Amino acid sequence: MQRNHNHPKICTVEKVIDETPTVRTLVFSDDVMANVLPGQFAMVWVPGINELPMSVMITDEPGMAAFTVRRHGPASTGLYNVKAGQKIGVRGPYGNSFDLKQGRLLLVGGGTGLVPMMRLLTFVKPEDDVTVLIGAKSKDEVFFEGMAENLLKQNKHQVIVTTDDGSYGNKGYVTDMVDKLVSENHYDGVYTCGPEIMMYKTVQHAHSKGLFVQASLERMMKCGVGICGSCCVGEDLVCRDGTVFDGKHLLSNKEFGHFHRNKAGILENY
Amino acid sequence: MEPSLAASIGKIDLERPIMLASGILGISLDVFNRLYRSGAGAVVTKSLSKEPWEGYPNPTILGLKSGGWINAVGLSNPGAPYFAKMIEPNTDVPIIVSLVGSVPEDFDFMIKQFANCKVAAYELNLSCPHVAKVGLEVGDDPELVKKIVTVAKKSSDVPVIAKVGLGTTHYLNTVGAAIESGIDAITAINTIRAMAIDVDTQRPILSNKFGGLSGSPIKPVALRCVYEISSKYNIPIIGCGGVSTWEDAVEFFLAGASSVQIGSAIGDNWINVFDDINKGIKKYMTDNGFSKIEEMVGLAKKS
Ligand SMILES: Cc1cc2nc3c(=O)[nH]c(=O)nc-3n(C[C@H](O)[C@H](O)[C@H](O)COP(=O)(O)OP(=O)(O)OC[C@H]3O[C@@H](n4cnc5c(N)ncnc54)[C@H](O)[C@@H]3O)c2cc1C
Ligand SMILES: Cc1cc2nc3c(=O)[nH]c(=O)nc-3n(C[C@H](O)[C@H](O)[C@H](O)COP(=O)(O)O)c2cc1C
Ligand code: FES
Repeated sequence: MQRNHNHPKICTVEKVIDETPTVRTLVFSDDVMANVLPGQFAMVWVPGINELPMSVMITDEPGMAAFTVRRHGPASTGLYNVKAGQKIGVRGPYGNSFDLKQGRLLLVGGGTGLVPMMRLLTFVKPEDDVTVLIGAKSKDEVFFEGMAENLLKQNKHQVIVTTDDGSYGNKGYVTDMVDKLVSENHYDGVYTCGPEIMMYKTVQHAHSKGLFVQASLERMMKCGVGICGSCCVGEDLVCRDGTVFDGKHLLSNKEFGHFHRNKAGILENY
Repeated sequence: MEPSLAASIGKIDLERPIMLASGILGISLDVFNRLYRSGAGAVVTKSLSKEPWEGYPNPTILGLKSGGWINAVGLSNPGAPYFAKMIEPNTDVPIIVSLVGSVPEDFDFMIKQFANCKVAAYELNLSCPHVAKVGLEVGDDPELVKKIVTVAKKSSDVPVIAKVGLGTTHYLNTVGAAIESGIDAITAINTIRAMAIDVDTQRPILSNKFGGLSGSPIKPVALRCVYEISSKYNIPIIGCGGVSTWEDAVEFFLAGASSVQIGSAIGDNWINVFDDINKGIKKYMTDNGFSKIEEMVGLAKKS
């Protein structure tokens, strides 16, 4: 029968890569997922455990896709523990994607928020001058730095790492570096994905300089298609209207940067 | 003259005949405002319980290869007290508050929470097919239905609707029990108990195993129910189940529904579905010489 993108398609994990002590990449074959747009996500079913939203990671082989997961609660730990040869269900892709400008670009990612940033890098033009800013708590948690360098080989570029504790790269919060960069340079586009507070400050800094900025949001998700309502932020549904939103729009949304909803739908502070 | 889309469901007057069904995008006032602006005549909230419920673990929803959806969200909701505070600022949107509970006192407690809110009506969920002790398990017990409807009618100063579905008791008996106790209108139907099994991993896909079928596969069944209810009883009916086009909506009017609710079609066609259907209904009315929705209601029963 024809594929219905809202019905889990079973894929076998072919390879597992340890990125950090808490982050793994699971690689599988699937033509649809291999070709999604930057910012799009899938709902990933770990049979017997849970189903969770995951950005779709790039791989270096055609026809292959991946998920890069940090183990956190039971759902993500269940996915993290999937071994090569095990089956997962994948539905989607869902959501919109970044509006990629040309010229001087700044990408700001933290943690697994780097996943859509890596895919975005595969869409930049050779003439673009690209700065990638990677934020992490400490040296152990830095990943994808080499991948970003590699993807930008043809471009004028820099990859900057900041760690909160200074154990690697520049010491300090990634958003202080954003503030510095947008104060000193003009960018034609600023793109961010990662912890909400990081995105909030990045959007604020970039917007205050009049720069075009977009962020890819995360919220509790059940359906991924705009039915259940669990992912709403103000009047926006992250799974359907997003996950990517313009900074200007986000700053007018009273929940962005402040609240998210729990599993019952009650607003909680970040 | 332009035909009017205004609809009356008994004492509930709406500017447009299409409502948002319960459980669809139904947890935030900001979203309700958006849907109302997008053409919904009213919105029905997620079914609320006395206390917050987290619902079932994912997977809770999936699309079927043959069309339609199965869900077992498990009635996750923030609870009536929290929800009532959240909608307190509402002035514009006709909000129908959907409630689930096990005993009559639950409904009295919940309705009291909304004392300071503008509510168009309450819809009693007597039909959710996948949560124990509430929903369909209540609807299947006509004596309990009578008690709940009696209490809800007493507690509420706005109309009270009963939402029925296909359980082990014939739904017409549930409808009869609700009418006997003074219900103002009936919504028919809820999702139909169903399941999906993955053949590669040989297991049910939903974490709850069983869920409710919605979308186009249930439309002919829902239509039949509306026709049967309107043939047997004199009660305003809201049709629900698989409406995704203006033609579906008109079919429900002709079967005897005064308005319709839309759920799954939002997952398929997104929010424009309200405006598209409103426009389609208007064109149909113009082409066929109807000036009001109520002129169409029940027409299919003439033959
Ligand atoms: C669009 C999108 C893309 C994402 N991409 C990635 C990624 O590439 N890599 C990665 O590691 N993480 C990603 N996440 C976050 C990841 O889905 C959540 O961290 C994860 O679901 C929480 O798992 P848990 O084990 O802590 O949840 P548990 O507490 O075990 O959660 C149970 C259920 O709640 C849901 N849930 C809980 N917290 C969240 C949350 N913050 N957001 C969404 N659902 C939640 C889970 O999906 C699961 O179904 C993404 C989230 C979204 C919304
Ligand atoms: C995800 C989902 C959640 C639902 N939650 C509720 C609910 O809380 N209360 C209720 O009365 N009906 C609920 N329903 C049923 C719908 O309101 C509606 O009766 C059913 O989906 C049939 O209409 P449709 O085919 O237009 O979706 C839910 C349906 C879906 C798909
Ligand atoms: S996840 Fe269900 S509406 Fe977005």
